[in-house]
Amino acid sequence: MREIVVISGKGGTGKTSITASFAYLEKENCALGDCDVDAADMHLLLDADFNHQEDFYSGEVAFIDEDLCTNCGECKAVCRFDAIDVIDEQHRVDPISCEGCWYCSRVCPTEAISMKVQKAGDFYISSTKTGNKMAHAKLGFGAENSGKLVAKVKKEAKKLAETGQKEFLLIDGSPGTGCPVISSLSGADLAVLVTEATVSGLHDLKRVYELVKTFNIKAVCIINKFDLNAGVSEAIELFLAEEEIPMVAKLPYDETFTKALAQAQTIVEYGESGLSTKLEESWENIKVIVRNM
Amino acid sequence: MKITIASGKGGTGKTTLATNLSAYLAMNKKVVLADLDVEEPNSGLFIKGELVLEKACHKMIPQWVSDECVLCGKCEEVCNFNAIVKLSEEILVFPELCHSCYACSELCPTGSLPMMPQKMGALKHVKADNFDFVEGRLDLGEEQAVPLIGQVIDYVDEHFDDDVVKIFDAPPGTSCPVIEASRGSDFVVLVTEPTPFGLNDLKLAVGTMRVLKQKFGVVINRYGIGDASVEHYCEEEKIPLIAKIPNDRNIAELYAKGTLIYPEHAPFKAALDDMITFFGGFK
Repeated sequence: MREIVVISGKGGTGKTSITASFAYLEKENCALGDCDVDAADMHLLLDADFNHQEDFYSGEVAFIDEDLCTNCGECKAVCRFDAIDVIDEQHRVDPISCEGCWYCSRVCPTEAISMKVQKAGDFYISSTKTGNKMAHAKLGFGAENSGKLVAKVKKEAKKLAETGQKEFLLIDGSPGTGCPVISSLSGADLAVLVTEATVSGLHDLKRVYELVKTFNIKAVCIINKFDLNAGVSEAIELFLAEEEIPMVAKLPYDETFTKALAQAQTIVEYGESGLSTKLEESWENIKVIVRNM
Repeated sequence: MKITIASGKGGTGKTTLATNLSAYLAMNKKVVLADLDVEEPNSGLFIKGELVLEKACHKMIPQWVSDECVLCGKCEEVCNFNAIVKLSEEILVFPELCHSCYACSELCPTGSLPMMPQKMGALKHVKADNFDFVEGRLDLGEEQAVPLIGQVIDYVDEHFDDDVVKIFDAPPGTSCPVIEASRGSDFVVLVTEPTPFGLNDLKLAVGTMRVLKQKFGVVINRYGIGDASVEHYCEEEKIPLIAKIPNDRNIAELYAKGTLIYPEHAPFKAALDDMITFFGGFK
């Protein structure tokens, strides 16, 4: 089984539309994971059925038992996250600020503070319209630990691929370079970097590739909206050449991305457009690269 | 006044809106723009100016000093993030797992784990033509954006009076970094696009804002490309629709170049005027 992670650094470059198209092309020969748990969207394109749901618990929050609390203030004094305040003469915890470090509960002289495990989100396994299975999640409002939920999605997606004896595991990553992305990348065989021909696209591509390099993961690149700016597009190609990153597709600015999306369809199933052919070719290229690794 | 420009979905136009609004507003007002998307800061690409200050930002990490340590293992026991491991003859600290809660350091009976600064990123302050720009940039490989976002906000609060309009360009998503970038603000502008992805992610962002009890409204970007579901949703939920920016390839091309949009695009400028009107002229 080969694990392919699609990431972008910058948001809105077409990452999810492209991943879903690959999933549609590969049909039941792959398993899927949507690791963009902050803003998971792939289920919309693949008609996921949310068949299996689990509560996902992660992280703890301090809870003060007011009957035991003497309001001595020890907890507030040690909290580095400003999570404890006195409201109406009672020490109270702000659950959104609480980091779950336990320090307050360890120093409380009357043992009035207990730590409660929080529900951080929902985890799902779905069947999709393409015949493949997908692990995905929804992070709770205001919840922390999206890195851990990403790790859970990845672990379960991997299981889907292994037990189903799939050739590929296809992961939709998250934007940025912080903990969710680091969790998305770990253990991958290939990173597909989706960028766009804008100054921001180039800037973010360079940063996210630096991160990919530290993981020793091979990367390929798709340039979306290459015709928005010829100069930037050239600069991206130059960067790819310098870093020896194969470019597997150059896609034009095309509102088909959005139109297909509005119909809840992947690009490759939405009527005829030049984009479909290019995406099919790029997926074939990616498969050749990953099979020869 | 402090305004955070955020979105659930990435790539909806947060940075475009934040940079253009700042520059436009600065013709009549004192403005500071802070880029809090510290993982991928982009606002600076659109802003030329003179660098006033650049400094390293640190987080506090315990450092083992062996002299007095009796290897009692208290530090390992109190660390809830598995950032400390006691071996037979030494204490190991894993900085990337540390949340800087100070428990190990302060509960150590022999004071063998003093907290020491460790670089996690950088802060830059630039004087643009008519406004100030502050950027946070997280070092690659650093997992936690929140502490740096907090430091950038503190810097802005310390260096700019209340009469300055403060505009924060937030990271995408709905989790901790966005919360940190939003919670101290007077108002959060959620930028979305009129598509199923835009709507789905807007609902998540709205859920988060409601948990935070934060005032918020919506700007629809690329208006006209998708469907009316975002507008219907805002109407049903009684969420103010602040402005609509039309879908236009010319805007994408100006953005691609790294230039400001409003001087060359009247409908875009009109959308900024709608925003300014919504906020009562930022008086």
